[in-house]
Amino acid sequence: MNFITNFADTFYLNFIKEDRWKYIVDGLGVTLQVTLFAVLIGIALGFVVAIIRSTHDKTGKMKILNWLCNIYLTVIRGTPVLVQLLIIYFVIFGSVRVDKVLVAVIAFGINSGAYVAEIVRGGIMSIDAGQFEAGRSLGFNYTQTMIHIVLPQALKNVLPALGNEFIVLLKETSVAGYIALEDLTKGADIIRSQTFSPMLPLLAVAAIYLAFVMLLSWLIKLLERRLRNSER
Amino acid sequence: MKKFLAVLLATMMTVALCACGSGKEQLVMATNAEFPPYEYHEGDAIVGIDVEIAQAIADELGMELVIEDMAFDSIIMAVSTGKADMGVAGLTISEDRLESVNFSTPYTTAAQVIIVKEGSDITGPDDLVGKTVGVQLGTTGDIYAGDIEGATVERYNKGYEAVQALLQGKVDAVMIDSQPANVFVEQNEGIYVIDEAFTYEEYAIAVAKDNTELLEKINDAIAKLEESGELQAIIDKYIAAE
Repeated sequence: MNFITNFADTFYLNFIKEDRWKYIVDGLGVTLQVTLFAVLIGIALGFVVAIIRSTHDKTGKMKILNWLCNIYLTVIRGTPVLVQLLIIYFVIFGSVRVDKVLVAVIAFGINSGAYVAEIVRGGIMSIDAGQFEAGRSLGFNYTQTMIHIVLPQALKNVLPALGNEFIVLLKETSVAGYIALEDLTKGADIIRSQTFSPMLPLLAVAAIYLAFVMLLSWLIKLLERRLRNSER
Repeated sequence: MKKFLAVLLATMMTVALCACGSGKEQLVMATNAEFPPYEYHEGDAIVGIDVEIAQAIADELGMELVIEDMAFDSIIMAVSTGKADMGVAGLTISEDRLESVNFSTPYTTAAQVIIVKEGSDITGPDDLVGKTVGVQLGTTGDIYAGDIEGATVERYNKGYEAVQALLQGKVDAVMIDSQPANVFVEQNEGIYVIDEAFTYEEYAIAVAKDNTELLEKINDAIAKLEESGELQAIIDKYIAAE
């Protein structure tokens, strides 16, 4: 009995009193917004880089672009996303008032792009060279072979890895609080700083992240199953 | 390489042995060493007014002072859950905090002040209405700024990040305790502290609710240090030197 009243009190203090639940709900909105747009940037950037790199690997063309892409991959994958976020906020946008959601979207998008690029490139390279030669022998040029034959197969192969990358991205946005952006994790931090009770805000936030990750994995599984229909 | 590893291991073992062998009971102090002149990093040590006062109290109690540096908003939790014996971090006594911990007698007073850029149209606390105010998460400035009408509060993890945001024009003003404010203003050109303070407050040491024995000991120690003038000497040493 004591435990239940205790829990009710803590729950009231952390979520109901002074409308503190709003920090969580608003924070969730920010987290989803940042993740969604960062994923879009990541996909766009990742595909461009992957195609440049694999074209270079296959044909030896695009030397300079490939070199630039290599620098991008090395730098982004070689430094922590938190440091990149702080650099973009405090150094690159050093003297302007800039929307923090935008900063986070750019930082996480650029970061995710590097990982997506390597996943997609791996997918393209994994397609048997015979597929490529078959395309060419049918009279397709390089671009057509890529679009109609190689990429559709590659995409199906990399889907699990891509899904994993987006799950990682959703969770990684939790460091956005460092630039005073009030995302889901920061929402819990603010509540903790006012109530000094660590358990409920953190558990609530953890449960929300978990729920969204599970939802995302389920969606990806669904998509995978649909794409596999063609295999029979 | 092997030799190097062997030496390293031997050193680590010796250090570990020393740590166990001191014999004195430990007094663990939770703080956030990004709050000059109360606590900050100097070389590889954490120094400041709070650290010296805590050291003096530890000496008074015949205990060994251990400093745990953590995020400011974790300090009260560390104390209330027993991870640290006391929180000494320029903590103001507030109602919310009193629900989780007990406070000692105050050992010094401070003010919440407003830092602005030169040429700012903010000249007093009343001008903050509707502005963007930078604060450090969980500080008293954070609590007060939230009560300003129409103001947007940006909560940074560190005080200096809020000041950096001010310098870069990302916020209109920063609300923070007076002594660190003076240090920040001295270190950076183009910003100043507004004459009129936002509020005045007292700093005290936080102790877990069930640890009344330690609280009494700390209160006795503070009284003794106050009487001997040591307390004032410590504060003067840092504030006058700034």
